[in-house]
Amino acid sequence: MRTVANSHLGLRLLNQASLILFAVVLVVFGMLSPAFFQPANAVNILIQSSSTGILAVGMTFVLLTAGVDLSVGAIMFVSAAVGGKLILGGWPFGAVLVVMLGIGVVFGALNALFITRLAIMAFIVTLATRYFGRGLGLRITETRAMNLPESFYELGAARLLGVPVPVLIFAAAVLLAHLTLTRTPLGRQVYAVGADLEAAHKAGINTGAVLFSVYVICGLCAAAAGIVALSQAPAVSPGFGNNREFMAIAAAVLGGTSLFGGRGAVFPGTVLGAVLIQTIENGLNILNVNPYLYPLITSGVIFAAVLLDAVRSRVLARANRRRIFVETDNA
Amino acid sequence: MIEFSHIEKSFFGVKVLKDVSFAVKPGQTVGIVGENGAGKSTLMNILGGNLRADTGAMRLNGQLYAPDSPREAERAGISSIHQELNLFLNLSIAENIFIRGFPRSRPWLPFVNRREIRERTRGLLREVNLTHSPDTLIERLSAGERQLVEIAKALALDARLIILDEPTTSLTARETERLFAIMARLRERGLSMIYISHTLGHVLKLCDEIVVLRDGAVVANEPTPQFRMDRLVSLMVGREISQLFPPRTARPTEQIVLDVRGVSQPGFVRDIAFQLHRGEILGVSGLMGAGRSELARILFGLDSCATGDIRLDGESIGHLPPGERIQRGLAFLTEDRRAEGLCLEASIADNVTLVAQRQLARGPLGWVDRSKTGVEVRRMREAVQLTPTARDEQPVKTLSGGNQQKVVLAKWLLHEPKVFILDEPTRGIDVGAKYEVYRLIHALAARGAGVLLISSEVEELLGVCDRIMVMGGGGIRETIELREFDRERILRAALHDGVVA
Repeated sequence: MRTVANSHLGLRLLNQASLILFAVVLVVFGMLSPAFFQPANAVNILIQSSSTGILAVGMTFVLLTAGVDLSVGAIMFVSAAVGGKLILGGWPFGAVLVVMLGIGVVFGALNALFITRLAIMAFIVTLATRYFGRGLGLRITETRAMNLPESFYELGAARLLGVPVPVLIFAAAVLLAHLTLTRTPLGRQVYAVGADLEAAHKAGINTGAVLFSVYVICGLCAAAAGIVALSQAPAVSPGFGNNREFMAIAAAVLGGTSLFGGRGAVFPGTVLGAVLIQTIENGLNILNVNPYLYPLITSGVIFAAVLLDAVRSRVLARANRRRIFVETDNA
Repeated sequence: MIEFSHIEKSFFGVKVLKDVSFAVKPGQTVGIVGENGAGKSTLMNILGGNLRADTGAMRLNGQLYAPDSPREAERAGISSIHQELNLFLNLSIAENIFIRGFPRSRPWLPFVNRREIRERTRGLLREVNLTHSPDTLIERLSAGERQLVEIAKALALDARLIILDEPTTSLTARETERLFAIMARLRERGLSMIYISHTLGHVLKLCDEIVVLRDGAVVANEPTPQFRMDRLVSLMVGREISQLFPPRTARPTEQIVLDVRGVSQPGFVRDIAFQLHRGEILGVSGLMGAGRSELARILFGLDSCATGDIRLDGESIGHLPPGERIQRGLAFLTEDRRAEGLCLEASIADNVTLVAQRQLARGPLGWVDRSKTGVEVRRMREAVQLTPTARDEQPVKTLSGGNQQKVVLAKWLLHEPKVFILDEPTRGIDVGAKYEVYRLIHALAARGAGVLLISSEVEELLGVCDRIMVMGGGGIRETIELREFDRERILRAALHDGVVA
């Protein structure tokens, strides 16, 4: 049987690119430093990547619909700033967490409202909410760093069945997201909307509702990522969450999620991407590389991710172009 | 099953359907044939719930039927399978079939019942003779297999009438056979079908009855045995000439300006070879999907070709990007002027000077010479007779279709092309503007340019061209000289059943 996409060996390699890249990074750092392969270091990497990872999980939903959410870092900030105020004001820890997650949902809904109801480009809407969120956060914190009490730190240090809680939260987010995307009608419709918005509309899918959901999910994940970040360093500084949206996008794209929509997965894709980025940083740390070089190396990784995505999309588009005649049995 | 009575439909005052009446009986397959623009798609859009008829009525099993949306039509048991398939390549077969309403595994859980959709899909795939797993992604399927998935989708909706619009254009001969076998089986099960195709051989073979549309009216509706190929073609043609064409003053020269040698691109065009002379207007006819626009894109450099050579004034340009080809004197008016030919938000002046920007630049910094630009824009506006009421700074999107097309023409004329490729230049513009476009094409040829005019309107080609090339299946089927111009011959070559079936 003649298959179109399958015949491209190159495409298959491209689809496995994140795995290959990951293996290369592991081998290189492993050879350069024996400390890299210590089990304690592996756990460390997982803990460190959980915040970005959760953020990237939410981002994956949005990217799958061919959208983008630039406001997630700002959502982290606002939600952490409000949470910090409340806990310093004596609110119970549990209630604070609920409020923080609620802020994420509200921000996500705000983004979704503008994008679906007013049909404004996601890029512009979320850029606006990004500035709005950062401004609001600075106002709440009065631009001072806010040190938080023990409760967040305890959350970060706690272990359940030997697994650190941040990693557990990350795993839970991944599991939920994975099930949602692969098993629920909403998840499958997210892929349909991302592949072809017009066709999805014609097929009778409520595209507005689908788009609304992904931005709310993304906002919720951003708030959760904020909570996890606080559990590792319990202080809200004015730069909290700044530019994290780009790490999240990079992680998702590195994991094989396409910026053009319709392609990608939370597991293993995005998880791998998030851990990969953290692994690189961790490896550079162990090797004592000049910290000023980190941004250069990170930029290289992001560039590679986007390049891979573009190449993959081009190959796919070429493979799926409608043909007028078929060479094999017509010529 | 379904009965059309006295259906009429107009677009902007032009009647595209005139008193159309016919019926499809249960279990019957009815073929609809007609030239491009005869009204087939409009009629099917009315049946499928995309459009509403102005007057007239449809009855479905005796009940009045007037769908407001494609979904409503589907609920009534009518499914359409279009030339452009409506499938999600990144989802599985089963998911594509159930995307609009997944069954749940438990009413209180949000999970898709994957076992159920797999099972039901397996059953549906058996009916269309596909052996793939329901979990196969659509992008792994060939064009023919995708078509069968669309049919399975229609069966899943319990369709009782399936509309197939040119289903075989991208299928191989074997896949076509397979599709026909399945259609025969569905007919035995009592399904009604409407089959629309330019491949008349298929229509004669498959259908119980044939309806011939010409200029929006039914000119024949009889059982298939009453028709022969010749009679079908004669019925489809035979339209009065209603358009006016400006007189031709200049004649083509013998000098070759564009020389295309054996251009092939697998899947799109094959063995294209022709020569365009200075001052000549060469028409390109053919049905939808014949490869005309694909050829234009290759000539202009938007797509590459695997083999062959393109020479402009003796110089090979086959390897050059579009920008270089423009510099050497090539111009291309695209089929879709809104999406590809204009910057809709930009002004008339900006659009007109877009291509010639470099010629208008001056000084060491290459700044645009504004006074010279103004002069040139004025000159071009006069040349194409753009509406005098529009200001130069006005955004192009505020103009009518005809004036928009004149802006595109002005843009290329300013550049003084040696070869001008025009893809459907008069589509969607009124008669007066059409006349202006023809006049400009003539003027261009009189100045010594070679013109390649792609058009679906045979009348237009007959009225404007010096020579007509008929394309089909990605190749050139026939080239007809001016003195041999004949509508029927063109249509026959375009249909050319023998090769495809």
